[in-house]
Amino acid sequence: MPDKKEKFEQLAKVIEELKDQPGALMPVMQHAQNIFGCVSLDVQKAIAEGLGVTLSEVYGVATFYSQFKLKPAGKYVISVCLGTACYVKGSQKILDKLSEELKIPVGDTTDDGLFTLNATRCLGACGLAPVMTINEEVYGRLTPDAIPGILAKYTE
Amino acid sequence: MEIYRAHVLCCGGTGCTSSGSAQIIARFEEKIKEAGLDKEVKVVRTGCFGLCEAGPVVIVYPEGTFYSRVKVENVDEIVSEHLLKGRPVQHLVYTDHATQEQDASKSLDEIGFYKHQKRIALRNCGVIDPENIDEYLAFDGYKALEKALTKMTREEVIDEILKSGLRGRGGGGFPTGLKWKFTYNSPGPVKYVACNADEGDPGAFMDRSVLEGDPHSVLEAMAIAGYAIGANEGYIYVRAEYPIAVKRLEVAIKQAHEYGLLGENIFDSGFSFDIKIRLGAGAFVCGEETALMRSIEGKRGEPIPRPPFPAVKGLFAKPTMLNNVETYANVPQIILHGSEWFSSIGTEKSKGTKVFALGGKINNTGLVEVPMGTTLRTIIYDIGGGCPNGKKFKAVQTGGPSGGCLPAELLDTPVDYDNLIAAGSMMGSGGMIVMDEDNCMVDIARFFLEFTVDESCGKCTPCRVGTRRMLEILNRIVEGKGEMEDLDKLEELAKNIKATALCGLGQTAPNPVLSTLKFFRNEYIAHIRDHKCPAHHCKALLEYVIDPEKCRGCTACARACPGGAIEGKLKEAHHIDPAKCLKCGQCIEKCKFGAISRK
Ligand SMILES: Cc1cc2nc3c(=O)[nH]c(=O)nc-3n(C[C@H](O)[C@H](O)[C@H](O)COP(=O)(O)O)c2cc1C
Ligand code: SF4
Ligand code: SF4
Ligand code: FES
Ligand code: FES
Repeated sequence: MPDKKEKFEQLAKVIEELKDQPGALMPVMQHAQNIFGCVSLDVQKAIAEGLGVTLSEVYGVATFYSQFKLKPAGKYVISVCLGTACYVKGSQKILDKLSEELKIPVGDTTDDGLFTLNATRCLGACGLAPVMTINEEVYGRLTPDAIPGILAKYTE
Repeated sequence: MEIYRAHVLCCGGTGCTSSGSAQIIARFEEKIKEAGLDKEVKVVRTGCFGLCEAGPVVIVYPEGTFYSRVKVENVDEIVSEHLLKGRPVQHLVYTDHATQEQDASKSLDEIGFYKHQKRIALRNCGVIDPENIDEYLAFDGYKALEKALTKMTREEVIDEILKSGLRGRGGGGFPTGLKWKFTYNSPGPVKYVACNADEGDPGAFMDRSVLEGDPHSVLEAMAIAGYAIGANEGYIYVRAEYPIAVKRLEVAIKQAHEYGLLGENIFDSGFSFDIKIRLGAGAFVCGEETALMRSIEGKRGEPIPRPPFPAVKGLFAKPTMLNNVETYANVPQIILHGSEWFSSIGTEKSKGTKVFALGGKINNTGLVEVPMGTTLRTIIYDIGGGCPNGKKFKAVQTGGPSGGCLPAELLDTPVDYDNLIAAGSMMGSGGMIVMDEDNCMVDIARFFLEFTVDESCGKCTPCRVGTRRMLEILNRIVEGKGEMEDLDKLEELAKNIKATALCGLGQTAPNPVLSTLKFFRNEYIAHIRDHKCPAHHCKALLEYVIDPEKCRGCTACARACPGGAIEGKLKEAHHIDPAKCLKCGQCIEKCKFGAISRK
């Protein structure tokens, strides 16, 4: 894993590449999130300086869009689809069960940094509703019963 | 191009990829090579076939044998039986829900799901490899652009689109030709073409499937639009949550450049056009056109009042023409086959077809494209196969968070822009969610309102505060704490928000509440007056009971109960203590004798 300094160097390179194109702020922030896993305050400061915009502008964009995370996420990010097709097939129960098992509310990360629990919109796999993803892995046709078994695969 | 005697089409759409189609494709390639067939049989990874419910989907041509729910383990059998010996593998052939038929000789068009469809926007999805421009070219790809650039004037192109009657598929239904004309008429050396691929409806995936299955059709259409209105640059605003779509767009743009179909002096016409991708970052309001343009500029995606309209002052303050993905996907076909052909399909005021993402309590979940004017009943029953498990249909929701829920009495409504509005819903971008007797309509209204409250950008008060008030009332009702006056309050608030919110998000946010109040008022009243949820969905109003006649005392429920609410001795009838019950529903799932029910 690259250390923090290397990551900031990577960010500086991205800024250098993109800074002259119109509307560069969002693409730079998207790259930054890929590099750091989130856009924390120090990252926002670096972006503001690099692009010559105010910190409040960067902060405004970071908080407006749900994609941007201000805190790093857990090792496994669980995203439960609360799109309409999944919702009518009971995905709220899946989310409730996960929240109960992990003992965290939606949007939070477990203390050991292992799991982050999110709700998302249609994942494009409505045929498998209700659906959730854990990192890249997709789990479909879920029932609350299946949750403990699935989580166990990641805690071992 | 090489000639193959057979093609194995494997769906690489999001649905099938989620259920393992990548491994299936890899296995096919490996096994075909092992069998020495790799010069005779070609494996093609396509976009979504539409029938995602049956995924992962594999079709073997020339026979057109349709295999469904294929597993990696089945690949060997398909290769050894079908590809080597020419015998379709009967037990893997798709079973038609309506007829329960499993007929290997039936081609796609004969299957109930496809029979009533007409694929224009989806014509290449599930047919070509979206990452290979040669396949798009083999299906008349970029011929429309060539025709426009070499044989038509800019005015003729606009006129053709105008006469076709094409209307915006992003929800509003604005005549596309008019929009092109307005932007054409805006003076200025620099103009932009933009594509809305933000797909905000939380239960829909039409645009995603077009981008994943046929990205070139959108690029081609944007270039045609650029020529017509006088723009040399295009932007596609696509959700970052659609990684496959983004990647295929990138591949497609690169290939189009290599073939000289984007870039400088296309078809020696002197016209140059380039397309850039911008990623959205998860804000529903950014689907609104003015907000989308702010977002491309790298700002917070807040709407601004119109006028000025984007056609006059849009992206980077230049005249900009924004269309939806599906709108664009129709354009090359209109240019190629003419406006008369296109306008012969559909109803008087809604021409062509519409793609719907059919989901929820329906047998054939997936993507369907039907001529405008097809009835809801045809879509839900003939194509969708009705509700699963013999449950009773209750409502169909169209238009996503801006739309409404229509009851069974309205199933014979022919679907078009005007009919759906008259019925109390709207076309929207194409989400179509079916609900059965187990879905609570008050809760569905609450679900959509929670979404809009969450997504309101907060710029104007009616939307920011008004929708929140409505949500609070709905939350009270589903908890059994509502009052009859709440219904009037909801209607009053709805009226105000609709009249005064700044953008479409706020103006349409009350629709799900209004339509359910109109068609399912009984359910609201049951929650408020009788403290009952007729669908047995709302937790606070539920009671779990064990029927002592049916209970065999197997103790399965008591062991599953997290609240320790179930008492009873082995082989004796059990009983639930309502004070301890958490209403989690786990006991019902565990009881093999159907002794537990919700009341
Ligand atoms: C809150 C809101 C969300 C919208 N979301 C989308 C969307 O996800 N996709 C889309 O194409 N249009 C969306 N629209 C409509 C666009 O503002 C715009 O009318 C449309 O993209 C124009 O293209 P069309 O004429 O081809 O439909 C949305 C509008 C509003 C008010
Ligand atoms: S209606 Fe809602 S989303 Fe639209 S501008 Fe007002 S607050 Fe923002
Ligand atoms: S619903 Fe849950 S808490 Fe209530 S009795 Fe059944 S298992 Fe126990
Ligand atoms: S609504 Fe969940 S995958 Fe589409
Ligand atoms: S994703 Fe494969 S059929 Fe839709």
